[in-house]
Amino acid sequence: MKRNKSVLLSAPYLIWMVVFTLIPLGVVCYYAFTDPSSGEFTLKNLRELNLYWGVLGQSVLYSIVSAFICLLLGYPVAYFIAHRGPTAQRFLYMLVMLPMCMSFLLRTLAWVGLLQDTGIINNILAALGFHRIRMIRTPGAVVLGMVYNYLPYMILPLYAVIVKIDHRLIEAAEDLGCNGAQVFGRVILPLSVPGILSGMTMVFVPAVSTFYISQKLGGTDTVLIGDVIERQFKQGNNPNLGAALSLVLMILVFVCTGIMNRFGGDSEEGGVIV
Amino acid sequence: MSKELIRLQDLTMEFDGERVLDGINLYFNDHEFLTLLGPSGCGKTTTLRIIGGFLTPTSGTVTFDGQVINDLPPYKRQINTVFQRYALFPHLDVYDNIAFGLKVAKLPKAEIDRRVHEMLETVSLKGYENRSVESLSGGQQQRVAIARALVNQPKVLLLDEPLAALDLRLRKDMQIELKRIQRSTGITFIYVTHDQEEALSMSDTVVVMDKGRIQQIGRPEDIYNEPKNAFVADFIGESNILDGVMLSDYRVKFFGRVFECVDEGFAPNEPVDVVIRPEDIDIVAPNQGHLVGTVTGITFKGLNYDIIVEFKGFKWLIQTTDYHGVGTTIGIRINPEDIHIMHKSEYSGLFGDYSSYSAEYDELTEDAGDEEE
Repeated sequence: MKRNKSVLLSAPYLIWMVVFTLIPLGVVCYYAFTDPSSGEFTLKNLRELNLYWGVLGQSVLYSIVSAFICLLLGYPVAYFIAHRGPTAQRFLYMLVMLPMCMSFLLRTLAWVGLLQDTGIINNILAALGFHRIRMIRTPGAVVLGMVYNYLPYMILPLYAVIVKIDHRLIEAAEDLGCNGAQVFGRVILPLSVPGILSGMTMVFVPAVSTFYISQKLGGTDTVLIGDVIERQFKQGNNPNLGAALSLVLMILVFVCTGIMNRFGGDSEEGGVIV
Repeated sequence: MSKELIRLQDLTMEFDGERVLDGINLYFNDHEFLTLLGPSGCGKTTTLRIIGGFLTPTSGTVTFDGQVINDLPPYKRQINTVFQRYALFPHLDVYDNIAFGLKVAKLPKAEIDRRVHEMLETVSLKGYENRSVESLSGGQQQRVAIARALVNQPKVLLLDEPLAALDLRLRKDMQIELKRIQRSTGITFIYVTHDQEEALSMSDTVVVMDKGRIQQIGRPEDIYNEPKNAFVADFIGESNILDGVMLSDYRVKFFGRVFECVDEGFAPNEPVDVVIRPEDIDIVAPNQGHLVGTVTGITFKGLNYDIIVEFKGFKWLIQTTDYHGVGTTIGIRINPEDIHIMHKSEYSGLFGDYSSYSAEYDELTEDAGDEEE
């Protein structure tokens, strides 16, 4: 009886999943393996992928670099927040969340205004008598956009894990001869691993498939796989190739997160996505 | 005993203006097993944490081997701690938990290996090297915690209610085990507990604390037999505590009757507290008793009966192996050496009356949770 009830209650989402996730996934697979004109089974689309390995590699590279920068920036912040009083914690937590309340598109566009050749930063530099610097349409600008947009996704899981570390473990480490740095290296950092993996995943996954950030902040040499996929559907009019690219990207994301989680061993707290 | 190792002098501790330690003066000898005993909030854990270096006293000094160590951080002290509920590192297995301190000290690998295995043997956990600590039972975790501290060969081991989370049977076994380890290693143990039986059975010296002050320091037998005030008498075992007047040396009057006793040195006619232990009272026929009372309650305790006897409106607890039904009139006799005289204190009149005694009395031990943190 109980079992029936839980099936009944979960039915809306299960149906949703089937209709809007599983079936579309099947459609993607179908398109990926069929010929655009004849509709017959073919591996042609997959063969065409050879042209895009470079773009794919670039996407992965930018995303991993962004994830690491997020980790370096985010960890101290998460640690700081986790060691404040309850009121300060709530306030700082909200502060981290705040940018996420603003439209993603708007946030990225704002960086265009800041970084472009006649943008605010360059205008200030010029006014101070310096040369204008080319910032927009560089790989750096794309990585900056990724870090800026996805940093909260790194901080929040890290904070959630660090705040739960039992203070007595830190005292135990001190008791056993650890100074501050050793306490961090031997106890706090290893216990933060689930949060680190979770944060890396949550930054990496959206970053690797983004197209808007690279379109607005990148140039012709910073095309990402997300851009290519978008182009296949909107301009290239080759949904079959787009589907094949999506499929490869999805597998790639699975593989990357799988590898990352392997580093975490069997510590499965912290809510890793895959 | 041997030489003094740690001395606490005029130690006070305040949290947010609230005084939790009030003028603690105490010294600890080398190789000693000393227990800080008292109810929740008495300051025993705070005292331990000050010795461990986790708290800095508001005033007073902590001296270790002749050096003031008030501001010395924990990692520079030759002291290790067995924490309440163990605080084992969940990301390390049993071996690495125990090896933790030795690895931090950067000892040679072979030496670490030798000492960890030696320690595993001492705490009977051979073969558990690679087990995750979370897969261990409470008693096993407990022993890992002890091994993790002892392997560093500290001068002093601090134990903060280490057995509180274990069930009774295991607790008894571990008491014997701890005492054995202490004897064989010769390390000074400073043990914190609220369990008076544990304190009496394990310690060389017991320090009874309440309200941030030391109430009495002594050997277990002395604490039990010669409690200094009504608090100690009540906290350590069961006690009937009565108002009396010390007429002169060796003569005390209570319940309108003069009794012979073995105490001296009180002012003539000084009002005092009289302590009589429930097991020291002899039950006799009513016509042969010093006092005659009526049984109003009886509880079977296994080893003995706890009976409540009313004398002139005041109820006593008496322990006897013979059955005396409710309503029976009995006589009692008290030997001079079983009458303990105490000066009046702030605790007079608060303890030792069994008028509200119930069978659940013994279960009213306080929760050993996160006290004083």
